[in-house]
Amino acid sequence: MSRIGVFVCHCGENIAGTVDCAVVAEAARSLRGVVHSVDYKYMCSDPGQKLLKEAIRDKNLDGVVVAACSPRMHEPTFRAAAEEAGLNAYQCEMANLREHCSWVHAKGEATTAKAIDLVRIQVEKVKRNAPLRPIRVPVARTALVLGGGIAGIQAALDIANAGNQVILVERSPSIGGHMSQLSETFPTLDCSQCILTPRMVEVARHPQITLYTYAELERLDGFIGNFKATIRKRARKVDEKICNGCGVCTQKCPVKKIPDEFNEGLSMRRAIYVPFPQAVPNRPVIDTANCTFFKSGKCRACEKLCTAKAIRFDQQDEVVTREVGAVVLATGFRTMGTNQFPEYGYGRYPDLIDGLKFERLASASGPTSGAIKRPSDGKIPETVVFIACAGSRDEQKGVSYCSKICCMYTAKHAMLYRHKVHGGKAYVFYMDVRAAGKNYDEFVRRAVEEDGVKYLRGRVSRVYPDKGQLVVKGVDTLLGGEPLEIRADMVVLATAVQAQHGSEELAQKLHVAYDKYRFFAEAHPKLRPVETNTAGIFLAGACQSPRDIPESVAQASGAAAKVCGLFSRPELAREPIVAVVDRQPPPVFSHCVGCFLCRSACPYQAIEEEAIRTRNGEIIRTVAHVNAGLCQGCGTCVATCRTKAIDLQGFTNEQVFAEVVAI
Amino acid sequence: MGTSVTTPTPLKEGSTFEPKITAFVCNWCTYAGADLTGTSRIRYQPNVRVIRFPCTGRIDFMLILKAFAHGSDGVIVSGCHPNDCHYTTGNYLARRRWIVFRDVLEFTGIDLRRLTFAWVSAAEGAKWAELVDEVTDRVRALGPYREYQALASAGIE
Repeated sequence: MSRIGVFVCHCGENIAGTVDCAVVAEAARSLRGVVHSVDYKYMCSDPGQKLLKEAIRDKNLDGVVVAACSPRMHEPTFRAAAEEAGLNAYQCEMANLREHCSWVHAKGEATTAKAIDLVRIQVEKVKRNAPLRPIRVPVARTALVLGGGIAGIQAALDIANAGNQVILVERSPSIGGHMSQLSETFPTLDCSQCILTPRMVEVARHPQITLYTYAELERLDGFIGNFKATIRKRARKVDEKICNGCGVCTQKCPVKKIPDEFNEGLSMRRAIYVPFPQAVPNRPVIDTANCTFFKSGKCRACEKLCTAKAIRFDQQDEVVTREVGAVVLATGFRTMGTNQFPEYGYGRYPDLIDGLKFERLASASGPTSGAIKRPSDGKIPETVVFIACAGSRDEQKGVSYCSKICCMYTAKHAMLYRHKVHGGKAYVFYMDVRAAGKNYDEFVRRAVEEDGVKYLRGRVSRVYPDKGQLVVKGVDTLLGGEPLEIRADMVVLATAVQAQHGSEELAQKLHVAYDKYRFFAEAHPKLRPVETNTAGIFLAGACQSPRDIPESVAQASGAAAKVCGLFSRPELAREPIVAVVDRQPPPVFSHCVGCFLCRSACPYQAIEEEAIRTRNGEIIRTVAHVNAGLCQGCGTCVATCRTKAIDLQGFTNEQVFAEVVAI
Repeated sequence: MGTSVTTPTPLKEGSTFEPKITAFVCNWCTYAGADLTGTSRIRYQPNVRVIRFPCTGRIDFMLILKAFAHGSDGVIVSGCHPNDCHYTTGNYLARRRWIVFRDVLEFTGIDLRRLTFAWVSAAEGAKWAELVDEVTDRVRALGPYREYQALASAGIE
């Protein structure tokens, strides 16, 4: 006969506000096998845990059900408490009365009745729980950081500075990300590259950071502490070790008309190029899609001119595998293209640009050396219209969220323009100004009050070209909603921040969750903002949602702290939720008939063959055997097994059928 | 066998039948999604009882029959979207098994309107609430599922 204890938590008013906890505890008391049942204000509090521990000892309980919040929240808390009181941690189950009941239903009998059902289900389960021991696994003290923008750089540096190894993988030929493209940063107007490049260099020369640029993650196998990362280093066609970065090849390459990605197409680059002067590593890469040699087999100009003899036309992609203990995802964002706006000309007007192009125009290292010139004719624009919320908060564009950074960078752009073109007129069309952040609202006020930027609250319905200018038709809702027409020389759209290209595929490779906008999902919106649902994989920066630089850096350091915490332990305790094949005394040996259907279902190749032999070594039977090191505990094999010889610890057939019957 | 159970008795007006819905969900997507529904305080009807599994691939179809046999009027099976499975391919096996199982159920005369398969991700809190409400309303309109319980208690399960 079981001796089960039930502990019903009020969670203050969170549960008790809608569920009658005393009634639930009373109902639980009458369940078969329950010898102790109480309700308490906060089970997770110190006195609450003490209550649980004392009851386990005093009443000699062999199983407990804590009816409180989601097991995804406090299961570890109560399992640890149970363990401290001498009960096996896995004899503790939780009934989810908060997330699945009190928070989602109205106060009433039906809700309390549901709470009682949820408790009964768990009581029936815990009666059938077996004591389990965590599986101990070693931790590879190397972190894989994906993405070399400011978030990835910060995370890599923090992890490496704590004495761990880091592999930083960046898809493009240089680290730096979007931040390296920016001219100045809000709210201080300090130069973006001036604060970023020292960090980039620090990454490059850090003895504990291995930098793979022009590389991508191909696959990730394994689990927390023991991932195996397969990384494809794409062929640069240049030997990075021999090349000294002199740059002769990038000046002499005859192919000159390739739009420069770093300058957002505002200038041209060669077929062999370094993305930007401060690139890390400062090594060129051959763009094989545009290189004459790769297209026609002739030219070889770079090879002839290279004094270091570093050009390698025959270089192939290299695939490397590395053991890593944790992964930080910092793959960043992209912005919506101006071609997504039919009302603004589908991106056909050269003088209608997005924010990133404006950054390049305003940047001292940009194509105009920082002079604000129109892309079409190089004239200095006398009137510039900035359109905020271009795509953001617009369900028609599939972006219901606020892109967060645009209010601030639009104010910055207008300000920079007014600083550089003294007589110029700057107008900003906006929906709301969202400037929440340290010194942010002051910054916007400065744009309005000191720099004379005209803010117009209203939407722009149309932009069209007319006599070398762009006519902006909008409305100023604060002046009675009168239609407004501004003849502008240049229009800048603050286009929506969107998830990076390929983020869905990457999420699927890593088995992390993502939302409908393809941003990676955190494990808990408030309390676990840098973790994913997949243990050992963490998030930093704008790959999770739109973020500005200070937030990305803070989050990256947060993720790094999580990784360092993980690496501080010599070994990890893994949940013993693994499948086992039953063993019986002879002559049955096992209910397994050796059909190995389970092997076809197993995603981890964890099913092995085991021969049952006589003393003379003759094979009597061959049965399945689960390699607990490989098994991840999905249980697919259990549902596949015809003879029910295989079972999943923690979710055994006996347990789950008892749960169903208890409903 | 041979008993047709596809047309359940509709309830008379003013009746207070509340269906019992059992939901089999995976830990990584739908259970977390339902947690998010709670965290977001999105209301839905209290008829559903959730049973947590590591993966939809773990869900044995005998469990579904057992649920019907023991008084469930409707069953929801929900897990990760295709490609998003925490265990890579568990949800595909669940889907494959479901296709076969559905045909078997239909052949034996089980009312398929009472069984709902869905994908609800960890970020789809609102979708979970919609799903539960939709299934609850549908099953409430269908009335209690006495037919299968009768079959099961007669030993046909």
